[in-house]
Amino acid sequence: MASYTIIGFAIFLGALFVGGGIIASMLLAFRTPHSSNKVQAYECAEDPVGDARIRFKVSYYLFALLFLIFDIESLFLFPCVKIFRTVATQATALSPAFLLGELSVFILILFTGLIYVWKKGVLRWE
Amino acid sequence: MIDTSRFPATNAIGDFIRATLPGPAAELTNIVLAVLAILTVVGLTPVALIWMERKVAAHFQARLGPMRVGYHGLLQPLADGIKLIFKEVMKPEGADTFVFFLAPILSATASFMVLTVIPFDHHLQVTDLAGGVLYVIAVAGLGIMGVLLAGWSSNNKYSLLGAMRSGAQMISYEISLALLMLLIVLLSGTASLREIVFSQAGTVLDWWIFKFPLFGLVAFVLFLISSTAELNRAPFDMAEAESELTGGFTTEYSGISFAMFFLAEFVNMFMAASLTTTFFLGGFLAPQFGLAPLDRVLDAIPGFLWFFLKSYSVIFIYMWFRWTFPRPRVDQLMNLEWKVLVPANFFLLLVAGLFVAMGLV
Repeated sequence: MASYTIIGFAIFLGALFVGGGIIASMLLAFRTPHSSNKVQAYECAEDPVGDARIRFKVSYYLFALLFLIFDIESLFLFPCVKIFRTVATQATALSPAFLLGELSVFILILFTGLIYVWKKGVLRWE
Repeated sequence: MIDTSRFPATNAIGDFIRATLPGPAAELTNIVLAVLAILTVVGLTPVALIWMERKVAAHFQARLGPMRVGYHGLLQPLADGIKLIFKEVMKPEGADTFVFFLAPILSATASFMVLTVIPFDHHLQVTDLAGGVLYVIAVAGLGIMGVLLAGWSSNNKYSLLGAMRSGAQMISYEISLALLMLLIVLLSGTASLREIVFSQAGTVLDWWIFKFPLFGLVAFVLFLISSTAELNRAPFDMAEAESELTGGFTTEYSGISFAMFFLAEFVNMFMAASLTTTFFLGGFLAPQFGLAPLDRVLDAIPGFLWFFLKSYSVIFIYMWFRWTFPRPRVDQLMNLEWKVLVPANFFLLLVAGLFVAMGLV
């Protein structure tokens, strides 16, 4: 628990460091008079066309979903992976062969999922 | 296991403070000192890396690079930083003010959260989490939030598309990074970064890049590729492909808030290099070759110097990549990750399981 307190403290000091930099800059920075050209969104010196909340490719969303699935599933591997060496080198209730089988089955399921997504054309980027 | 008594976890400064101050006050002082030390590293790393980036780039192109500000341009990054502090921070029309200013703070803060668990030396580590690898995986995801928020809040189409691209790229390559970290956990049997370093004690051949025969080298190369993509660095810098998206998600940022993204980028680069060092190159351990006199000399050099030497060598490889490979297209990048790296990582994980189960590594 103590080590997480340290991390919380580090985050706090870090945010303070960054926020302090920004506040210092706000106090020190030179300013030019406000004008409508100055705050215009940058579109290569043309007048911006419409709003920037535009439609964009749905693929980004699909990749986000894929990431969620695969990242979480690979974290499910973590307990198995963590005890692997202990099981392989010390006498435990589990045998290394069992653990290896479990690992293979899990990875095979993950891989089947990947193949499914691949065949469905989700990974195609047009 | 190796004899860790040679490598005490505490250092002279910490012990001195513990001896002079009463219990809780001493612990608090130590924590403050440790975090301030990390902040110093965070502050100085971009300075060193900006200079190095410009110099390396220049010499790859047979130029000299910055030469005028300080000896061989050493003070150039400081001059740049001071300039950026005095620049006006602008907010484009229609931007979401709160999110627009939150994004650089989030990015920069997230970038050095990982540094709290990196073992710079056997007695130089802010805190050693038992699940350090999990922490690294979790925190690495926060940087993506900063990028997405920045792109969305800027009210600029280049920013939005750049952020979406880098978001998709970073989350994709995060999976191979996570799988490679799991590979190291499987090989070393521990998730604490400090113990991962100790699992590589011995000669150079005991580092995971060599100890896991041939596959270690493959894993190392995959880690380099994935982290280059995760860092949005050339050749995988689709997010800010200048000819397509001008500045990517940083298009509308100026002055100090742009500097914060820059700081985050360079600290992330250092972080990725130090993770590579910790996982594959023996971390702070001195290289040993099994030749008694040479080994003693190398061992006498402090561990943090080895750590920085190894990390900066990896950073040099990142910079080398940038001037060697042409930029692929977005679809090629995604194919590389999902159709090559992820299956390759699954395969490596299984091979590693087989090797450990048979007692080969």
